[in-house]
Amino acid sequence: MTKQVILGAHFPGVNNHTVWTDPAAGSQIAFSSFAHLARTAEAGLFDFFFLAEGLRLREQRGKIHDLDVVGRPNTMTVLAAVAAVTEHLGLAGTIQATYNEPYEIARQFGTLDHLSGGRAAWNVVTSPDAFTGENFRRGGYLDRGDRYVRAAEFVQACRELWESWGSDAIAADPARGEFVRPGAGRGRFDYRTENFGISGHFTVPRSPQVHPVILQAGDSDGGREFAAHSADGIFTRHSTYDAGRAFYADVKARLARYGRSPESLKVLPGASFVLGDTAAEAEERGRYIRRQQVSPQTAILMLEQVWNADLSSFDADGPLPPFDPDPEAPSIIQGRARMYDDPVAVARKWRALAEEKNLSIRDLIIEVTGRQTFTGTPASVAAEINRSVQDDACDGFILVPHLIPAGLDEFVATVVPLLQERGVFRTSYAAGVTLRDRLGLGPARPGAAWAAARREHVDA
Amino acid sequence: MPETSEVHLAVALDGAGWHPAAWRAACARAADLFTAGYWTDLAREAEAGELDFLTIEDSLGLQRPRRCDPRVGDCSDHVRGRLDAVLTAARIAPLTTHIGLVPTAVTTHTEPFHLSTAIATLDYVSEGRAGWRPRIAPSPAEAGHFGRREFPPLTVGNVTDPDIAAHLSDLFDEAADAVEVVRRLWDSWEDDAAIRDVPTGRFVDRDKLHYIDFDGRWFSVRGPSITPRPPQGQPVVASLAHGDVPYRFAARASDVVFVTPASAEQAVQIVAAVRTAENYPERPRPSLLVYADLAVFIDEAPGAAAARKRRLDDLDGAEFTTDCAIFAGTPAELADLLLGWREAGLDGFRLRPGALPHDLQQITRALVPELRRRGAFRAGYAERTLRERLGLPRPASRYQIGAA
Repeated sequence: MTKQVILGAHFPGVNNHTVWTDPAAGSQIAFSSFAHLARTAEAGLFDFFFLAEGLRLREQRGKIHDLDVVGRPNTMTVLAAVAAVTEHLGLAGTIQATYNEPYEIARQFGTLDHLSGGRAAWNVVTSPDAFTGENFRRGGYLDRGDRYVRAAEFVQACRELWESWGSDAIAADPARGEFVRPGAGRGRFDYRTENFGISGHFTVPRSPQVHPVILQAGDSDGGREFAAHSADGIFTRHSTYDAGRAFYADVKARLARYGRSPESLKVLPGASFVLGDTAAEAEERGRYIRRQQVSPQTAILMLEQVWNADLSSFDADGPLPPFDPDPEAPSIIQGRARMYDDPVAVARKWRALAEEKNLSIRDLIIEVTGRQTFTGTPASVAAEINRSVQDDACDGFILVPHLIPAGLDEFVATVVPLLQERGVFRTSYAAGVTLRDRLGLGPARPGAAWAAARREHVDA
Repeated sequence: MPETSEVHLAVALDGAGWHPAAWRAACARAADLFTAGYWTDLAREAEAGELDFLTIEDSLGLQRPRRCDPRVGDCSDHVRGRLDAVLTAARIAPLTTHIGLVPTAVTTHTEPFHLSTAIATLDYVSEGRAGWRPRIAPSPAEAGHFGRREFPPLTVGNVTDPDIAAHLSDLFDEAADAVEVVRRLWDSWEDDAAIRDVPTGRFVDRDKLHYIDFDGRWFSVRGPSITPRPPQGQPVVASLAHGDVPYRFAARASDVVFVTPASAEQAVQIVAAVRTAENYPERPRPSLLVYADLAVFIDEAPGAAAARKRRLDDLDGAEFTTDCAIFAGTPAELADLLLGWREAGLDGFRLRPGALPHDLQQITRALVPELRRRGAFRAGYAERTLRERLGLPRPASRYQIGAA
């Protein structure tokens, strides 16, 4: 059977991928930018709009990182506003399970689901780092190994809250004088685990999706397992065809032991793209964008992320450092995930490549880090996307434009119609459909079933 | 606020209205209370009446109507359940253009960092119309929803016990710290921090981003915010106060205070008490704007509003009482009352519609025209931001060199 392609629209993030030096680059914070990207995605019949989150400004060498786009809104608040300017588009927000409590987050997603008519999705992330924790009364207190345990319990707590009102609890019957149906569940909950001991009454009646769609971002073994036992979708970096097929097979194989079918978890890599009328033009535009993404200052900074040392005295147009990184030195980067597992090996590989091709630091960084996932004509990009989906390298993509706010315009105008021609992408939104339905996830699986399956396997 | 003879009006939105049986009134949209359309329609109505701002009630626990004893009945004849007020305000924002949006958000169990970015974002999506009503959550039931703190039982009878009074006073102190953190974070980006300087490759001038380094009894917060300084610089903070402790909180934390006089005479005393509290030595802002709360039932025909209120009382099986004065009468009588009370030194009124949407429509379509006929209500929205409408200057960031 032909699979349908799932498409998400990632609002450009606070990293060097987002080009701010281009004359077409707009505000990263004005609501009009969010509205523009969301409306474009909805015009292109996308499944959902996606927002990342970071709760402390990144620092490098003890200073706030100043080279990339920085500054973003509160995720939930801006999504509630985007709900007002869209009608069908799913609204996916990245929210920490570490610096929040289930009661609040369940309230916010329950509210967003009501206010959007069943379009809410939650990308669950965890962070154990004390650096970000300095902004919060909770502090940073999680061992790396404990974070997925807390996250799973957190999501489970939210599921119990979302279900705590009966589906028919709101009678709103003035003749009988019953606002809530007598005897119906109206928010009572009691949840006690290793990380939580909460009880009382939830304020938000059951929402259209009951459970918002749960996404998980993180490619580690723990992250994959978390997705298998707790999520509806996984946002991954494995966007290439071969890496995608291996990842897809691995993740989907984990589902059976939690009593789940392969279709119940969607694999959605993040993907960048550059389009042109010809392949050569797309290549040329791709090179131009990568030079914009990697300024001389950014090149030095990205080199420092591997060498883990102050390289500010190096010339971006000159050769790489002749020495190896010191893996024992304390990390100079804070506020983002560690990017390289074996920096010494990476450094040696980069140096060899630079010597072989006679690349400067900036050229090398552009070569190794900048390349877009898809580069080509609309027809070739549509073909590549479809091939990845049909061959089970993924179920769709979360597209990351490089420009705010117009970075998705061209894709919607040129690639979407070609996917539609292939019969692998919708030609209109079905009315009255929740995001969960649109993604083919079916009705929310009861929280007790999630919990039982997880307990059975984790305890076994 | 500028020296004019105009009355400032705000409306307090809560569920189906402030009367516990309001959801059973003929006008009620009881089945729509959890929909975006319901709240948007109310906001548009308030905006059509050119009110200063609307507030949205919220709490981290389920409503417990005064009359309802869960040990006796299951309270099924009252509205129960509510949506998050900040998100509701954000959902309204793009569909309105003038009215101020002031949601309630609790300071007790929440993160000041998240509160700060949420209200700043509301200010962005409303283009300068955001406010925030901070409130405390003293009950052990709400504490149980978070499982991190144990609070003593709270009853109508024990609020003056020394232990309970100390508990409440602590929560107000914590709330004042929360507002301080929120305000510092709003200032932690100077207005012109994003420089987009291509030659040096810098998007921001990091010298214009500031650590706030707040270290208090309940929490410490490092900063800076992840959200740039909001359009108003400092969104409006408004708090409800019934006594000296919350008056002092308002003096420390707020721009606007909602008070609850029972009469014009009492309004004089309350305004005096607020001004006394304001002598708090560290208040860095202009004088508090004092709005009196008033629950209102309004109909054109003499006696109709009182009869309507009585019918709701009968449905509910009890006479409606609330923490503020209750008015039932004609638009002209309400105009008389407001203009009379204003002489006590009040800057404005926050009206709590007894039943929605009827009493809101009576405010916007009957009371406002009546006040306008008397030259006591402005014609049209002249200002862009909520601060401007309230006569509050836009302050420079406290971290800006040379800031006052």
